[in-house]
Amino acid sequence: MTEEKTPVLETKSLGIQFGGLKAVNDVNMQIYPGELVGLIGPNGAGKTTIFNLITGIYQPTSGSYFLGGKRMNGLKTHQVVEAGIARTFQNIRLFKKMTVLDNVRVAFNKDMKANLFQSIFRTPYFWKEEEETTKKAMELLKLFKLEEFADQHAENLPYGKQRLLEIARALATDMKLLLLDEPAAGMNPVETAELKESIKMLREKFQIPILLIEHDMSLVMSICERIYVLNFGEILATGTPDEIASNKEVIEAYLGKEDDDEGSEA
Amino acid sequence: MPKKIKKSYIVSFIAVVLGFLLLCLLFDTGLLGKKSAYFNGLLVVGMFYTIIVCSLNLLTGYMGEFSLGHAGFMSIGAYASAIVTTLIANQAELPGVVLYIIAILVGGIAAGIIGVLVGIPALRLSGDYLCIVTVAVAEIVRVVLSNFGIPAVTGTATFGKSFAGIQKVSDYHYVYITMVLCIVVMYCYIRSRYGRALISIREDRIAATASGINVTRTKVLTFTISAFFAGVAGAIYAHYITTLVPTYFNFSKSSEFLAIVILGGSGSLTGSIVAAPILSALPQLISYVVPSFASYRMLIYAVILVVVMIFKPTGLFGGKEFSLYGLLEKISGRKKDKKEG
Repeated sequence: MTEEKTPVLETKSLGIQFGGLKAVNDVNMQIYPGELVGLIGPNGAGKTTIFNLITGIYQPTSGSYFLGGKRMNGLKTHQVVEAGIARTFQNIRLFKKMTVLDNVRVAFNKDMKANLFQSIFRTPYFWKEEEETTKKAMELLKLFKLEEFADQHAENLPYGKQRLLEIARALATDMKLLLLDEPAAGMNPVETAELKESIKMLREKFQIPILLIEHDMSLVMSICERIYVLNFGEILATGTPDEIASNKEVIEAYLGKEDDDEGSEA
Repeated sequence: MPKKIKKSYIVSFIAVVLGFLLLCLLFDTGLLGKKSAYFNGLLVVGMFYTIIVCSLNLLTGYMGEFSLGHAGFMSIGAYASAIVTTLIANQAELPGVVLYIIAILVGGIAAGIIGVLVGIPALRLSGDYLCIVTVAVAEIVRVVLSNFGIPAVTGTATFGKSFAGIQKVSDYHYVYITMVLCIVVMYCYIRSRYGRALISIREDRIAATASGINVTRTKVLTFTISAFFAGVAGAIYAHYITTLVPTYFNFSKSSEFLAIVILGGSGSLTGSIVAAPILSALPQLISYVVPSFASYRMLIYAVILVVVMIFKPTGLFGGKEFSLYGLLEKISGRKKDKKEG
């Protein structure tokens, strides 16, 4: 039990301030090995901001965060990825004019060793590495049933497949923690079901912890083991899906108070 | 190495050798007679244009950033190489090839160094802002070259006006080989993990960093490589024209290079290779073929640009590469189909 107590990701009173606005404030989160954790909250609560903080796109103005016990503050995004945090985006960010295969191969770049000289003079090592990378990328594509699209431009994939390709690309970075930002956004029920299967498959195959932002409550409630609820940049509640579903504060945050008297508060 | 790629490399190599032999046949046997020298000139100009346009295409087409200052890097290569070869030629008698090789290396490295120095601060910017910086850099280089003399080199001060007496060593045989090498290096760069990283940055910078790409390093590296080849082109130019004038490397030269990149197709080296020689020679050829039309040649140039932009906004090749091997395969494939059908 004790070794399970070392969290993969830990944030300690993490916060960021944009001018006078505390977008994220005093967030304490722990994600343990193999866990699937949900991060929910109303629009504008700061969920994506937390992702941006953890992946180095923003630098926290207070607090810090740790990956496997190592302090990550101040690292640039590509260094964060090298350390082992991979993510997908709320608005799909694929390399549209690159092939599906190349989208994944790009993510292997950081582990490739062929230097400039070897690449330009096409040494045997270069070809060996290219071949290995292609093979690994194809394996990932197969996991998501994308292998038949390998030579197509990413922009020509159907919407649901684009989401899956983004996850495949994130996996290619060989991460210790996967952050999924609203993977089910804009998906139809069939695609959502497909996504659910893919996430399950991921967990079985890779055993990686996942932090999931999602608005699709039925998805969150059915697959997450633990949920953090964020409101106005602060953690409102945390617990199992059942606990969250019956939490009064959470319901208030989403639906408003029953007798909401704004006059008295002002 | 995959078999298919090996075959296509061999086909390309044969094509390059055939092209070389064709040029030898045209120019070395006196087939063109009196016009030989004239066409020879057009050829050399076309070839160094090809190098610099391809190098600019690395930035515009693959990195997705515009540079309107490539004439600046070219001038650095031109002047640096000219100074060195003039110094060497004053000291000792060297064969032309050796001087030529020294020239292109010095030109490329000098421009490459400036490329790094400019790139590290400038590439924090992107889009319009970077474009303005490149214009500024080129202008600074031009103004510096116009105002500072290089007295020690030729014995006489060459304050700004012109730098004359450069060795004429840019023989078209060497230039052809240089051009092929430059294109091969750029092609291999693009078709490697570096190129993939580069294109991913063009497509989506944030997604690229989130995939573990070091954006700044990739950009600076590409900028340097691009500047290096611009410098090589400059060195070739200097040792062909033998007299350098700073005003040659002005803003309109930079924009001419950019126009050729766009016209050929940004993101297509083939496009640059086709467009550069044609467009560099076009104004000359027009005035040569129809002398009465000479004063309208720039107009025709502009009309071609406008027409292409209207009917093919992505440029002639639109980001696609032409593969000789692919073409041969298609032809032979069609023949097989016919036989079977």
